[in-house]
Amino acid sequence: MFGSGSSLQGDNEHGIDAKAVGSKAYRALYKKREQIYPKLVHGRFRALKWAAMVVLLGIYYITPWIRWDRGPHRPDQAVLIDFEGRRFYFFFIELWPQEVYYITGLLIVASMALFLATALFGRVWCGYACPQTVWTDLYIYVERLIEGDRNARMRLDKAPWSISKGARKIAKHALWIAIAAATGGAWVFYFADAPTLFRDLFTGTASVASYLFVGGLTFATYTLAGTMREQVCTYMCPWPRIQAAMTDAESLNVTYRADRGEPRGAHKKGASWEGRGDCVDCNQCVAACPQGIDIRDGDQLECINCALCIDACDAVMAKVSRPSGLIAYDTTINVKRRAAGEQAHYRFIRPRTILYALIFLGVGALMLMELANRATLDLNVIRDRSPPFVRLADGSLRNDYALKIINRAPETRTIEVSVSGLPNALLSSHHHHHSLHGRSGDGALLVTARPDGVVNARVHVTAPAGIAAGSHRISFDARDVRTGEHVASASAFLAGEAP
Amino acid sequence: MAEKTEIDDVSGTQTTGHEWDGVKELDTPLPRWWLYIFYASILAAIVYWVLMPAWPLVNGYTKGVLGWSDRANVASDLSALRSARAADFARLERASYAEIAADADLREFARAAGESVFGDYCRTCHGAGGAGAPGYPVLADDVWIWGGTLADIERTIAYGIRSGHPSAHLSQMPAFGRDALLAPQQIGDVTEYVISISAARTRLAPNMGAARRGATTYQEQCALCHGPTGAGDRAQGAPSLDDDLWLYGGSRAEIRRQIELGRGGVMPAWESRFDPATRRALAVYVYEMGGGEPDPPPAPAEAPAATPMAAPQ
Repeated sequence: MFGSGSSLQGDNEHGIDAKAVGSKAYRALYKKREQIYPKLVHGRFRALKWAAMVVLLGIYYITPWIRWDRGPHRPDQAVLIDFEGRRFYFFFIELWPQEVYYITGLLIVASMALFLATALFGRVWCGYACPQTVWTDLYIYVERLIEGDRNARMRLDKAPWSISKGARKIAKHALWIAIAAATGGAWVFYFADAPTLFRDLFTGTASVASYLFVGGLTFATYTLAGTMREQVCTYMCPWPRIQAAMTDAESLNVTYRADRGEPRGAHKKGASWEGRGDCVDCNQCVAACPQGIDIRDGDQLECINCALCIDACDAVMAKVSRPSGLIAYDTTINVKRRAAGEQAHYRFIRPRTILYALIFLGVGALMLMELANRATLDLNVIRDRSPPFVRLADGSLRNDYALKIINRAPETRTIEVSVSGLPNALLSSHHHHHSLHGRSGDGALLVTARPDGVVNARVHVTAPAGIAAGSHRISFDARDVRTGEHVASASAFLAGEAP
Repeated sequence: MAEKTEIDDVSGTQTTGHEWDGVKELDTPLPRWWLYIFYASILAAIVYWVLMPAWPLVNGYTKGVLGWSDRANVASDLSALRSARAADFARLERASYAEIAADADLREFARAAGESVFGDYCRTCHGAGGAGAPGYPVLADDVWIWGGTLADIERTIAYGIRSGHPSAHLSQMPAFGRDALLAPQQIGDVTEYVISISAARTRLAPNMGAARRGATTYQEQCALCHGPTGAGDRAQGAPSLDDDLWLYGGSRAEIRRQIELGRGGVMPAWESRFDPATRRALAVYVYEMGGGEPDPPPAPAEAPAATPMAAPQ
């Protein structure tokens, strides 16, 4: 352990015998996985990661339980993806399936935010917010709680099987599985009423799909955060490859300042710092790394920029009375500049960050504007194709249409449907549809649109005898008689030659 | 041939012992995770054989202990569907026409059921959406030979036309030409007269001299059924002649040909094929194509809501 005599290397008072399983020297095309035993560090980045974990897990677990009153007969869950009812509820927002472009917009905004963050600060997403990182961190916390820190865990794994070892392992895996089950369990609450489903899950009356999803996600959480960990980031995730396109020499990354650290070597208390670097080769950065790499090998694909090595190094630098920041968020170009004797400086405003920010703001503003002016009334017109037109006894021609009047508002509305574009045409509904309850003064049909639903209305348009053969453009207009909100939908009126 | 296996220096893995022109093959073991999944798959297959239908036999197949059968599942789904719909069908069968008109849900149900049946049985002749074809009446328009109320339509569906059913609609127009009841000259004159009283006169420009001669023959031979003004008579199934809608075609030659041949189509009686509720559903569907007529006495709520639209903006 850090500072304890047993793990001191002979000539290095702060050093430990830690080898990075993913270090440059051991790298091979195929290698059996070696267990990584990340050592607990203390510092501002560790604190930030704890805080991020609490906030993010809190959001994940608590969100489905937030209630939001939407009136009678409507779900009171603030965030709900209701597949059966084909609605997505998010607090005051309620989206229909055909409004899925909001999700597209959200994804564009999210990816631009990710690009911008990556261009500025490297893989901060990976280091602090990625579910893989958060749950792995939580699992390592549990592991540490039960089996102790790095050295204790290494000793335990090497030790022969005993009751104590078995008990610890069973306790650890049991806790892991419990966390995994809670993770999978929380997921399904986003798709159904949480309190009801919670009860159903435990009484065995929930749907098979619920149990399958809870089971599958329990398994995935357990394996990904418990046993696969850094392998997910290194081998499975595409982001390490993609990020190379977002970052450049000016991006902040967790960087070993080789210009200051080299030549590295053990340092005896009181010895001179002249002619040598600040790195005392204590390997604390390696021991702390959850990805099993040696940050001193430089910027590498495996690094998730979690900055735990910064905390580890800063603690050592304080002990040897050297300035902190031997490992720090820095840019590769600054390392080169300092090595060349130039002044280091940061450039956050670069063409790529401007571009990402502009797209982020542009799409974000567009989606917000769209959302603020979201239409709650929509009209789809489907023209009957057979017969293309009907000739009536008096020589007039009739076309038939199926109207779908979509009312996204939570209240019943009276919609006035009219048609324009054809002189002297009659709009009629042969039979009184249940929702057609009359007509307004100027001849339009009045339709009662039930709240948050679609009304189908079959209507006829009749043109007087003598209309020219061919296709005539017409337009249906649906208008809320109270608010005046209206929407138009174009269609056609077909007229044939005389028989 | 496996001769001598050795440990490869680079990978530390055993070779197979094969050698081809100096090229040796590593005997890399299967990845454990893959192997375990493979074993698990074999186990799952055995469990599946026991539980589910699996092996074909000479007469039949192994049924499996769960007794799964797609055929039985479909049958039970179908019977579940039937029993789910039974209540609506029963309601439809019992309801009066006024009740159907007043009950929106029932009418929607009837329309949907009727549309499905129409597509299977009626569309062949009457066309999709009741578009009709020469000799097969258009059902979407407002011209009815035997009446267009729900009751009329339902009756026509049940008993058919010239179907041989004792209650079938029956009408017979004489074949004035084929049976030499009228001379060709007279038929020509009647053709011109029929055109002159119909809405087709504007496009066919009848010979008014011939039409005047034909008028006398019309009143003697045709007016009894088609009416003195050509308004038709639904009681006898005589089509109206004063509009421009023609069952057998509206050209001069086609009108003349119908006078010569007196054709009349056959519609089967569906009484024995469809239960009363299905017939009623069909009637509602046909009625709502657009030409249905209110049942007497017409309830005010049933009058078509038709008004001229406002002048185009």
